[in-house]
Amino acid sequence: MAALLQLYTQINVIKEEYYTQNRIAEENRQREHDAAVKIQSWFRGCQVRAYLSHIHRQATVIQKTCRGFAARQHFRERLKTAYFLMKIHFYNKMAVKIQQRWRGYFVRTYVHNFYARKRYLDELAKKNGQIRRELEELAEQQRKERERTAMEKEEKEKYTQAQRLHFLLSTKQCPGVFNSPFRQEPDEMELRLRRVKPVRTQSAPKEPWHLNQQPLSLQYNKDKLPPIHKTPQGPFRPAVEVQQQRYRPLEPSLRVATSITALEEAREELRRQEWRTRLIDQPFVPFSKAQRNRRYESLLHTASPYQQEEYGKKHFREEDQDQLKGKQPFKTVFTSCQVFEKYGRLYSNAGKIV
Amino acid sequence: MSQRQVLQVFEQYQKARTQFVQTVADLATRPQNIETLQNAGVMSLLRPLLLDAVPTVQQTAALALGRLANYNDDLADAIVKADILPQLVYSLAEQNRFYKKAAAFVLRAVAKHSAELAQAVVDCGALDALVVSVEEFDPGVKEAAAWALGYIARHNAQLAQAVVDAGAVPLLVLCIQEPEIALKRIAASTLSDIAKHSPELAQTVVDTGAIAHLAQMTLNPDAKLKRQVFSALGQISKHSVDLAEMVVEAEIFPAVLSSLKDPDEYVKKNVTTMMREITKHTPELSQMIVNAGGVAAVIDYLGDSRGNVRLPGIMMLGYIAAHSENLAMAVIVSKGVPQLAICMAEESEDHIKAATAWAFGQIGQHTPEHARAVAAANVLPKLLNLYLDTQSSEDLQVKAKKALKNILQKCTYLPALEPLLYEAPSNILKHVICQFSKVLPHDSKARRLFVTSGGLKKVQEIKAEPGSALQEHINAINNCYPEEIVRYYSPGYSEVLLERVDNYQPS
Repeated sequence: MAALLQLYTQINVIKEEYYTQNRIAEENRQREHDAAVKIQSWFRGCQVRAYLSHIHRQATVIQKTCRGFAARQHFRERLKTAYFLMKIHFYNKMAVKIQQRWRGYFVRTYVHNFYARKRYLDELAKKNGQIRRELEELAEQQRKERERTAMEKEEKEKYTQAQRLHFLLSTKQCPGVFNSPFRQEPDEMELRLRRVKPVRTQSAPKEPWHLNQQPLSLQYNKDKLPPIHKTPQGPFRPAVEVQQQRYRPLEPSLRVATSITALEEAREELRRQEWRTRLIDQPFVPFSKAQRNRRYESLLHTASPYQQEEYGKKHFREEDQDQLKGKQPFKTVFTSCQVFEKYGRLYSNAGKIV
Repeated sequence: MSQRQVLQVFEQYQKARTQFVQTVADLATRPQNIETLQNAGVMSLLRPLLLDAVPTVQQTAALALGRLANYNDDLADAIVKADILPQLVYSLAEQNRFYKKAAAFVLRAVAKHSAELAQAVVDCGALDALVVSVEEFDPGVKEAAAWALGYIARHNAQLAQAVVDAGAVPLLVLCIQEPEIALKRIAASTLSDIAKHSPELAQTVVDTGAIAHLAQMTLNPDAKLKRQVFSALGQISKHSVDLAEMVVEAEIFPAVLSSLKDPDEYVKKNVTTMMREITKHTPELSQMIVNAGGVAAVIDYLGDSRGNVRLPGIMMLGYIAAHSENLAMAVIVSKGVPQLAICMAEESEDHIKAATAWAFGQIGQHTPEHARAVAAANVLPKLLNLYLDTQSSEDLQVKAKKALKNILQKCTYLPALEPLLYEAPSNILKHVICQFSKVLPHDSKARRLFVTSGGLKKVQEIKAEPGSALQEHINAINNCYPEEIVRYYSPGYSEVLLERVDNYQPS
């Protein structure tokens, strides 16, 4: 109650105060109102801003997680494709390697093998060189052979000529044709004549040999033994040949080689073979019975139920008497050949009787 | 006694006849006497002497007739007209071996001149008698009969067929196996004459087993025999692939290559002819001969020989190279191209040059490598000269042009193409320019060389119709160079420059 009394004392002050304060407040209302609005707006702004930043932060967080998730997914995809590409790349490279080898092989076997061709041409060049060398050698050999035979032939000719002209050899007294005194040295032919051996001919013995008969022991030189055989022994055959002839195996002729009973043996053998191989005991004789009991069938021409026909029994020829009338019989005798008239009669005097 | 006198008359007559006939036979050996003999009417005198009772007179008369007929075909014709041949054919069957030899000699002398005379000989029934004579024991008679058969079969296919129908071929094959060299020669020559006409005849010869014996005889040292043997093998193998393969299967290679060094010229020629006929047919046969070293041997032979005998060798190289590029490269590797170039330069005959040109065309036509090998031997200008030479025969010109074209279409060896720019006529030039236009865009050194050697200048001077292939190639070449260079080398550039100098006004 004290407060209330205090208040009642101050009512007029309060009323004045109230009116002054209202007047002040009224005067300051707009200013205060604006200030309050400003403060409120600023505060609201802060609030909203705080709220916005809050929700921004929240949205960021959401977006962040979302993006992270999406990016990780995306990354996973990319990783997968990268891995896939890596594998493909690797496979491609390996496939290329395989294709290389295969193409190389295929071309070399079926299309064209360059190295084989190169090797072939090298081998061919070597072979050609070898063939050329061999042919050269062969030609050289043949040429030498020909020259040698030609030379030998020439030599032989000259030798035979020298043999034939042996009498043209120069003597001490008289120089020969080929050894002219005006030459420095004798001709080639002269040298040949000197070297040549005379042709061996059998000359007749100067005196009959039986006149020159001394005892054999005195006839020959005392140092040498007398020969074993009187007649000269000829050139001997080589021992191998003689041995071969001595021990030659017997080559009997067919007649000698067959045994004397060869025929009987052969017959026996045939009989044995026949006995061995014969399966059927009854020998097959064709148509034997058929021939034995055969009834004779007479010719149609000659068989007639009424009488014996002349044709076929008496004569075998049809004769048409009307046509044959007036014709001469056929001549069966020729005129004789003149050649044989004198046959055997001209050859000797005795046969001249004709 | 009178009988002796009578007989003496006969003896004198016989002596006179013998002497006459022997003298005529001796005179007939010299050609200058034959005219006189013919004018003296020797034919009508010799004819009755063929029927003489004395065998010596018969034989010498036949010999004389043979020598006369040998000389020229009028006399042979006279013999045919005088109906002497049937008598000879009859006596060929009957008489002794000297007469048979003489009769066969006459038949041969008549048949050798022409086909009509040979046909007349055949019409007299000589073939059967000759075939019987080939079966005779005496080698001289066999030789004479086989020789006559050979001369008959030589002329044409019908006569050869008639000889074959008479059954001569198996007997000839038996003759080949005889030890006498002359008989072998004649039998081989007759088989060659039979086989040369047609494939059927060659097949008949082969069916009797001739190839094995002929192949054996290639190793015989006698030169004339080898001539005939190789000729026979060549004639057999020329007709078809099967026959050529049969000849090759007789394993004559590589032994026959040694015959290429034989001193006898015709042996070598016949060997090369045979090899040519074999390689003509298929690549496999050519490959076989190349592998045996035949190409090298033939190229050496070309180097040693001169003249017409080179022709088969050249053709053989051409045939080998024609089959495939492998074989053409084999010919090149065996140093064939320089040798062929030497042949072309040395020989003066047109047909040999034509064959060489053809061979070059076959070698160089396959790939640029081959064309380069041919061009490097300096062959292209020579071919061009042959083509342009007015004195060459038409065959040579055609072959040279074809060869040149074939080689140029593959040639990328520019140093060899340059000389051709200057001399070639337009139809060759377009190929040359075409090759340049193919090579120059890719090779800078070649472009430089082309400019410095004056080739670009020459190209500018060529006139070509716009739109033709030549113009396109020229454009392609010009595109390889900057424009100033092209303008610099174009004809009349100096005048253009001088004009510009005239028109220039110094400011």
